[in-house]
Amino acid sequence: MTGPLSPSLRPRDPGHGRHLLLQMLRVRRLEERCVELYSAAKIRGFLHVYIGEEAVAAGVLESLSADDTVVATYREHGHALLRGVPAGAILAEMYGRVEGCCRGRGGSMHLFDAATNFYGGNAIVAGGLPLAVGLALADKMSGRPHVTVCFFGEGAVAEGEFHESLNLAALWDLPILFCCENNLYAMGTALVRSESQTDLALKAASYEVSAWAVDGMDVLAVEQAARTAVDAVRSGAGPHFLEFRTYRFRAHSMFDPERYREKAEVVAWQARDPITLLRSSMEENGQLTADDWTQLQSEAESEVAAAVKFAESGTLEPVEDLTRFVYSERRAP
Amino acid sequence: MKSSYREAVRAGIRDALQRDPRVFLMGEDVGAYGGSFAVSLGLLEEFGPERIRDTPLSESGFVGAGIGAALGGMRPIVEIMTVNFSLLALDQIVNNAASLLHMSGGQFHVPLVIRMTTGAGRQLGAQHSHSLEGWYAHIPGLRILVPATLEDARGMLWTALEDPDPVLIFEHGSLYNVTGELDDGAGPVDIDTAAIRRPGGDVSLITYGGTLPAVLEAAEQLADAGVDAEVLDLRTLRPLDDDAILASVAKTRRSVVVDEGWRSGGISAELSARITENAFYELDAPVGRVCSAEVPIPYARHMEAAALPSVERIVAAAREVTGNGG
Ligand SMILES: Cc1ncc(C[n+]2csc(CCOP(=O)(O)OP(=O)(O)O)c2C)c(N)n1
Ligand SMILES: [Mg+2]
Repeated sequence: MTGPLSPSLRPRDPGHGRHLLLQMLRVRRLEERCVELYSAAKIRGFLHVYIGEEAVAAGVLESLSADDTVVATYREHGHALLRGVPAGAILAEMYGRVEGCCRGRGGSMHLFDAATNFYGGNAIVAGGLPLAVGLALADKMSGRPHVTVCFFGEGAVAEGEFHESLNLAALWDLPILFCCENNLYAMGTALVRSESQTDLALKAASYEVSAWAVDGMDVLAVEQAARTAVDAVRSGAGPHFLEFRTYRFRAHSMFDPERYREKAEVVAWQARDPITLLRSSMEENGQLTADDWTQLQSEAESEVAAAVKFAESGTLEPVEDLTRFVYSERRAP
Repeated sequence: MKSSYREAVRAGIRDALQRDPRVFLMGEDVGAYGGSFAVSLGLLEEFGPERIRDTPLSESGFVGAGIGAALGGMRPIVEIMTVNFSLLALDQIVNNAASLLHMSGGQFHVPLVIRMTTGAGRQLGAQHSHSLEGWYAHIPGLRILVPATLEDARGMLWTALEDPDPVLIFEHGSLYNVTGELDDGAGPVDIDTAAIRRPGGDVSLITYGGTLPAVLEAAEQLADAGVDAEVLDLRTLRPLDDDAILASVAKTRRSVVVDEGWRSGGISAELSARITENAFYELDAPVGRVCSAEVPIPYARHMEAAALPSVERIVAAAREVTGNGG
């Protein structure tokens, strides 16, 4: 259960550091705007933001290649964006527009994108794990050297599907990386209130899955751990499990008065904001100038502005299409 | 060639494994044990453990893995021992298999086949005897097949595997030992239409799966009493072949639905509603129904028999709707 040690927050290549910073900023700015748009009633339904946890998706997705497969949860805007789904298509989906990545059929919790092998967008806690196991099984049986990465929250660990999936993955020696985003809460239920054993890597290891915990606020540590694990999985070393210790700064969803945690706890974690951590360490190390930072900010902001424009100008799918895609329109496989 | 229903299913599976390298069979005890109902007996030796894949007791896990494998380009046949156990995989079947295509705006289709046994009659008690196929027929996105004959047992699987969407095949446990003649070259059959198994003019007996033999026998007895019954085998519960149902009822003007599921909220209620909605003015009598008693299926032989549709109850219901009180 011991893995690569956290490197210091000093990217070897400043350009790469700036890239990671930008990736996290893109997610942060997009979601901050989502929250505003939700308050403006432009986005409806459940909305779960990832603010505070961006280093996990940014670091892990950095380690994948285009042919790899990603399965995520309902808190997946960042994963979709960093996997390459255009911000406009994501936002249009939340607007319920036909230009959205799922024609407005999915919404915030169900982003899917065939072009980037992004398999959702699963709003059943732990429901994505068996699916990911099957995707990895298909790769293995077809001799494709791909890796399936499956994201889920620590709440999923209590579900039977988690245990069934880890066992199957290990039993069949599948090319899959389980990424547990441990933000300490499942809605309002703290991990210590739901698990008798709170060392999640230990649980995974009990299935003979190589597992270790990583500082999920340190994007470089995340990336390094993910690269190590992805390389191992790709080289045939079987399933791996990474527990990313992270924290969500915002409410669970837009309907959460946060009665279950102290403000002070949130503030303490905010001191380890993954964006600020990388930014200040790069500044201290002379790897990021004030101009660089302004540049990154405006890049992220203009992407969001364009996405909002795209979503705003989106159209509604004709109601006559309601029953399309219940069954495939062509019958031949 | 003489064949049992079990052998016909096995021949269908073997066919599929031979035709398409993407096909594999996965489920509890399908390999070393030979299948809990001996359907896959011998296939492990023939195709090896990769393609006749034993799974742990993890219904949700391996059904979900089947969905993922289908998304990943394979053509899995997932076997669940009985429909009762499929309840542990309901999440994957309903929330993933049936929903992914629509939820993804048409991007991800799930070419998966799930086979399972259904039904009572073998004194297995409540947790191994229920007929829940009608429940699954409630779910948009699924295709529900209920093979009752050797031809369908053999031929529906291949057509189901060619379908780009998830298909559930329900094999009634009491049919496995039924034997008959099956053409050596029997191949794929359509999975869209109902079939008239016995033409008749006085009453339509509408059924499927495990109750077909009882309904055919009832039709013989009715013939002796001067009632000429038509027997319609639905073959597919979703989508229902409305045309065939309505055509038969338009001809006979009377109908009895025979379903081993429960009456309340069941597929028989759906059939009755459709007939009433679409053929009300052609009916000479209210739609009759013969279903299982509304109890968890009991173990004791006489009690189980009392709970299930019987030839006598089918005959009585047909006589009632035809005004042939006997
Ligand atoms: C099977 C299931 N049960 C309950 C819920 C309701 N629910 C939605 S999110 C959530 C908490 C999940 O927590 P976790 O897995 O830690 O993910 P996080 O939200 O913290 O990212 C719950 C209970 C659900 N969506 N699915
Ligand atoms: Mg959580």
